[in-house]
Amino acid sequence: MEEITNTNNALLEIEDLHIHFVSKVETVKAINGLNLVVHKGKTLGLVGETGAGKTTTALAILNMIAKPQGRIVAGRITLDGEDIFSKTEDQMEGIRGNTVSMIFQDPMTSLNPVMTVGDQIAEVLQIHKKLSKAAAAKEAQKMLETVGIPGARSVEYPHQFSGGMKQRVLIALGLACTPKLLIADEPTTALDVTIQAQVLELMKDLKDQMNMSMLMITHDLGIVAEVCDEVAVMYAGAIVESGTLEDIFDRKRHPYTEGLFNSLPDVNNRTQSLKPIGGQMPNPADLPQGCSFHPRCEYAMPKCSQEEPPMHRFSETHCAKCWLYENTDQCMLASQDYVPSQGVSE
Amino acid sequence: MSDNVILEVNNLKKYFKTRSGMLHAVDDVSFTIERGKTLGIVGESGCGKTTTGRSILRLVEPTSGTVIFDGTDITKLSKRELRKKRQEMQLIFQDPFSSLNPKRTVCQTIEEVLKLTGEYKNSDERFHRVLEIMEMVGLDERLINAYPHEMDGGRRQRLGIGRALAMKPKFIVCDEPVSALDVSIQAQILNMLRSLQNELGLTYIFITHDLSVVNYISDDIAVMYLGRLIEKASTEELFRNPLHPYTKALLSALPVPSLHNRQKRILIKGEISSPIDPKPVCRFAARCDHCTEACLKGEPPLVEVSPNHFVSCFMVQPEQG
Repeated sequence: MEEITNTNNALLEIEDLHIHFVSKVETVKAINGLNLVVHKGKTLGLVGETGAGKTTTALAILNMIAKPQGRIVAGRITLDGEDIFSKTEDQMEGIRGNTVSMIFQDPMTSLNPVMTVGDQIAEVLQIHKKLSKAAAAKEAQKMLETVGIPGARSVEYPHQFSGGMKQRVLIALGLACTPKLLIADEPTTALDVTIQAQVLELMKDLKDQMNMSMLMITHDLGIVAEVCDEVAVMYAGAIVESGTLEDIFDRKRHPYTEGLFNSLPDVNNRTQSLKPIGGQMPNPADLPQGCSFHPRCEYAMPKCSQEEPPMHRFSETHCAKCWLYENTDQCMLASQDYVPSQGVSE
Repeated sequence: MSDNVILEVNNLKKYFKTRSGMLHAVDDVSFTIERGKTLGIVGESGCGKTTTGRSILRLVEPTSGTVIFDGTDITKLSKRELRKKRQEMQLIFQDPFSSLNPKRTVCQTIEEVLKLTGEYKNSDERFHRVLEIMEMVGLDERLINAYPHEMDGGRRQRLGIGRALAMKPKFIVCDEPVSALDVSIQAQILNMLRSLQNELGLTYIFITHDLSVVNYISDDIAVMYLGRLIEKASTEELFRNPLHPYTKALLSALPVPSLHNRQKRILIKGEISSPIDPKPVCRFAARCDHCTEACLKGEPPLVEVSPNHFVSCFMVQPEQG
C-alpha cells in the first residue's frame, strides 16, 4: 500500500468515503469508497452523470449531509488540515464561508428574492468577517465590481438581474470571504454559451488572483478542458479514473471515460456516428456485484461481475479502477492515445 | 417553389402584447426546408427559437406571415382543417418530465393518439401498433404498463418521441429534445432520431442551444438573435465560414472537449438586450465589435452572400461573380 502522505500541497483530502441514505424501504448507497485530493491553487474537475454522487460529495465536504437519513458510514475528509467530521456544528459554521464555500447550480433559486443583492453579500461579511454594517456594505459593492457588476446595482433585487448576472452575484457571494476552496456545482449549466464563456473566464481570473483551489463539478467535458488542471471521473459513487487533463483527455484508460467521450458529438467530424454507452446508471439502492460499471461495459470479463477492481496506478498522477490493467500498463481500449501530428513545432 | 420543399416560412412574425410594450418574439423570419432534411435553429434563451417552432405549428397564432406546409398555407386553415393537417406535423418537447400525463401508462399514452387517427378498427389492431411504435423507439415491451414516474429521463423522452410518431407525421419540430438528458443518454436519443429520419423519411426542425448537437444532427442551420434570423447556411459552411459576428462569437464560445487545436475565444460583451419595442437598428449592434454608423441607422436585410448562405449584417458583402 502506498503511504498516505499529507503533503503540504493537498488542501482537501477525501479518504475512502462511504455515504448511505437509509429509509424504511431501502438503503441508497450514494458514495462508495471515494478517494479524492484537491491540491493547493489547482482546479479539480469532478465529472460524471446524473446520480453519480457529485453533489453528495460536495455536501459531505461542507458536512451538510441531511441527517438522520444520510449516514457517513466510513471515511475521512481533511480540509486544510482539519478533520471535518469531528467538528461540531458551531465549528463548521466558522469553516463554511471562510475556508470553503459553494456556488450552486441554479442561480434563479439560490438567492433570497426579498433581499437586495448587496445586503445578501454584506450579511456574509458581517457574520464571517465581523465587519460593521457600513463596512460590509462597502465591501459588498467592491465584491460586485470584482465580478463585473456596477457597484450601484447593489441595491437591486435578484429579479432585476439576468441569469448570467445572478450567477455572478452568487460567485461574489461565494468569494466574499476569500475561501481557500471554492466548490462550484455546475455553475454554468443554466446559462447560455456566450454568457457561460464570460462566467468561466471570470472564475479562472478570480481563482488565480485569490490563489484559491477549486472543485468544479460538471458533466461537461468541454468546460473541464477549459478551466481544470486535474480531472476525476465519477461513477456510482466512486472515482473510476483520475489524472491530469492530459492523462484523461489524451491517455484515457477506463472504459467509462472512453464512453463519455464517445457520446459527445465531435464538432470537427460530424459524419462520425455517436457511440453511446448502452443501458443506464445502476440503481444506487441495488448496485451490481463486482465492478459497478460491468453491466454497461463492452470490455467486461467474467471477473468483473465477481470482484471489485483495485485502483491501478499508471503514473504519479494517473490511475484507473479497472480489471483490464491487472497485468499491464498498456492501453486496452479501442480509442487510441493522442499522438501529436507531424510538424508541430516544439 | 420546388417540389422538394416541404415547408416554406415567409415573413413570420409573432408579437406579444405586454404591459411595457410590444414584445417582438419572432420578427420577420423566412426560410425553407427540403423534404427529409433537418433544419437546426440555434440561439440563446429569448431569441425566439421556440416561438418560431410553435408558430409554425400554430400552437401560438402568428401575428403575420405565411407558413406553407406541403402546398397548404397553414395560417389560412380553419380550426377543423388545421386539426387534420396537424396529424402530419408533430412536436417533441424539451422536458420529458412535464410533457407526459403522469396518470397514463406507456400503452395508454400511445393508444390515445392512435384513437384520434381513426385508422384502427379495434383494440387488437391498436395494441399491435403500440408494440410496433415501442419497438421503433427502443422501449422494452415489459414497460407497456409503466407510468412515466417509473421511467428515467431517457425512456420518458423515447415515449415522447413514440407519441409523436404515432400520428405517422411527415414533419416534426424537436424542441430541445436532449437538453435535459445526460450525455450518454443524449447520444442514444440523437442516434435514434437520425435513424428514424432515414427509415421514415421525416423532416425535422431541431431547436437547440447546443452547437455540438445541432452540428451532429442538422443539414442546415439557422442562427437567431432577438427574434431575427441573422445567418443561415449548410452545417459545413456555417461551421467552416461563419460570417455574422454573433455566429462567430457563438461558435468560439463552445467549450470543446479536447486539448488540441484550440481556438482563441471571441468574448462578446454584455447581454442580450430587451425584445420589447426594439429600435429599427441592427439588434446585435450594442454588443458588436465591428459596429459602424450604418448599423445604428437601419436593420440589415438578410442577403444571400453565396449560394445557400444568408447573412444579415452590413459588414458582410456578397461575393462577386
